[in-house]
Amino acid sequence: MLRGTHSQVYLPRKAKNKMAVEGLYKKRIDGRKFDEVRPMIAKVGVVPSADGSASFETGGTKAMAVVRGPRTLHPQHMQNAQKGVLRVSYGMMPFSVWDRIRPGPSRRSEEISKVCEWALSSVVDLSGFPNTVVDVFIQVPKADAGTRVAGLNAAAMALAHAGIPMKEMLTAIAVGKADKTLLVDVDKAEEDFHDGEGATDIPLAVTSRGKEVALLQLDGKISPSELKEAIEMGKKACDDILKVQMEALKNLNGGEDNE
Amino acid sequence: MSKFIMPNLQRDKIEAYLAEGKRFDGRKAEDYREIIVEDGVSPSAASAIRVKVGKTEVLVGVHLGVTTPYPDSPDAGTFMTSAELHPMASQQFDIGRPGITAIELARVIDRGIRESGFIDFEKLCIEKGEKVWQVFVDIVAINDDGNLLDVAGLAALIALGRAKMPVYNAEEGKVEHDFSDEGIPLSKEAMSFNMTFHKVGETIVADVSKEEEAISKLRLSIAVGDNGGEPRITAMQKGKPGAINSKDMETILNLVESKWKEMFPKVKELVWGK
Repeated sequence: MLRGTHSQVYLPRKAKNKMAVEGLYKKRIDGRKFDEVRPMIAKVGVVPSADGSASFETGGTKAMAVVRGPRTLHPQHMQNAQKGVLRVSYGMMPFSVWDRIRPGPSRRSEEISKVCEWALSSVVDLSGFPNTVVDVFIQVPKADAGTRVAGLNAAAMALAHAGIPMKEMLTAIAVGKADKTLLVDVDKAEEDFHDGEGATDIPLAVTSRGKEVALLQLDGKISPSELKEAIEMGKKACDDILKVQMEALKNLNGGEDNE
Repeated sequence: MSKFIMPNLQRDKIEAYLAEGKRFDGRKAEDYREIIVEDGVSPSAASAIRVKVGKTEVLVGVHLGVTTPYPDSPDAGTFMTSAELHPMASQQFDIGRPGITAIELARVIDRGIRESGFIDFEKLCIEKGEKVWQVFVDIVAINDDGNLLDVAGLAALIALGRAKMPVYNAEEGKVEHDFSDEGIPLSKEAMSFNMTFHKVGETIVADVSKEEEAISKLRLSIAVGDNGGEPRITAMQKGKPGAINSKDMETILNLVESKWKEMFPKVKELVWGK
């Protein structure tokens, strides 16, 4: 059977802590280095009925992505005669966080769906599939910040798994800042950091070859030079995440728990 | 919603097989697929589990909140079941408002749990007329390979059985982000679980596959509990346009008895542990 499941645990490299720590956030709550990603698990082929599927987990955050299509797009007036349409839908499961999330779309989930759609659109090539749609469904069963970037990591794997033509792979990470300290793969506690300059959250998606930025959002307070540094940190982390994504895809047929 | 289309050839083959007492996956007509349960899907929920029956997979989470009670039952907690049959699970599901399949599924499961007396609602009262616990059961379909109703219903019971009450801070009137060791007040004796039987061709079939479900003429869901070692029916729902003749009714009710005796100990073990 072609669609197997493979899991891969990536142990973060021993990061050298070069950053000067002047601010109030001197040590990460979970003991990580400032440029260290939480332990990752990537799986491909998690939903048997889908054309492509994957899950991506960092620490307490997990996202699943399912790809269905290309299939004929209805209603017809939404079709594009030149190329296929990519449609992304993101949502958090009701039990993914402490306060229950009402099922169904919200303003937040609609917006995130759209920015993820734009990000993924920059790497997929649907010119061979006019009048069709490729649907990407991202769902989050558990959340400890960084759900949209985990969702993008899973979605990129699921698209590859579905055999959708892609110009490049896509990898995403949330970088951030707690007071004056730049951080990679921000968790919920860090996202809620209130002291000093507070928290800045920067979800970022990077293309695998061109290293172009396909998704960028920010809220908080940060100087342009800090932002430059933050983006560089994000790109570096993405190199590691990309390895995990590729490993999971490559081992699709050789994984230990292959069905 | 795009309809699941079954070629006539395949339908004829499935029906012919069943007439000989066989199924494509090697099961007998009344056999269930293997049930796999996994804990700890989300640490922020009172419980969140994954249940797989064959390739049909659901995630179910239990959440507890505090709310004001309904005026007609000021000392009783409230209960709500919701189901998302997300397009991730099947080509046939659509995004947006829940369709009739999701609504029916959630309502049948909700009723089965509520009316059986499984949850002790009066013990969910914090302050009469003011504050009661509100129990949410949220079902998310991950992969539909048939019989979502039974799989989701079973998962809901297991999730409730394994849920832990959150810590309530009475002074500030809020629910803490922490759980006690206490479970939800449940009445073990009142538990009943749902079994759905379909008529495929001329055969009554339990735990249908997606293909069997697509060609079934009718379905009958029956929730069955324990009455001193004997089965007691607590809820039913007939679905699909077909009508049940008396021979089929006889077959189904006989099956209910034998399947209940076989399945109930398994279900109890899944909900309460050994």
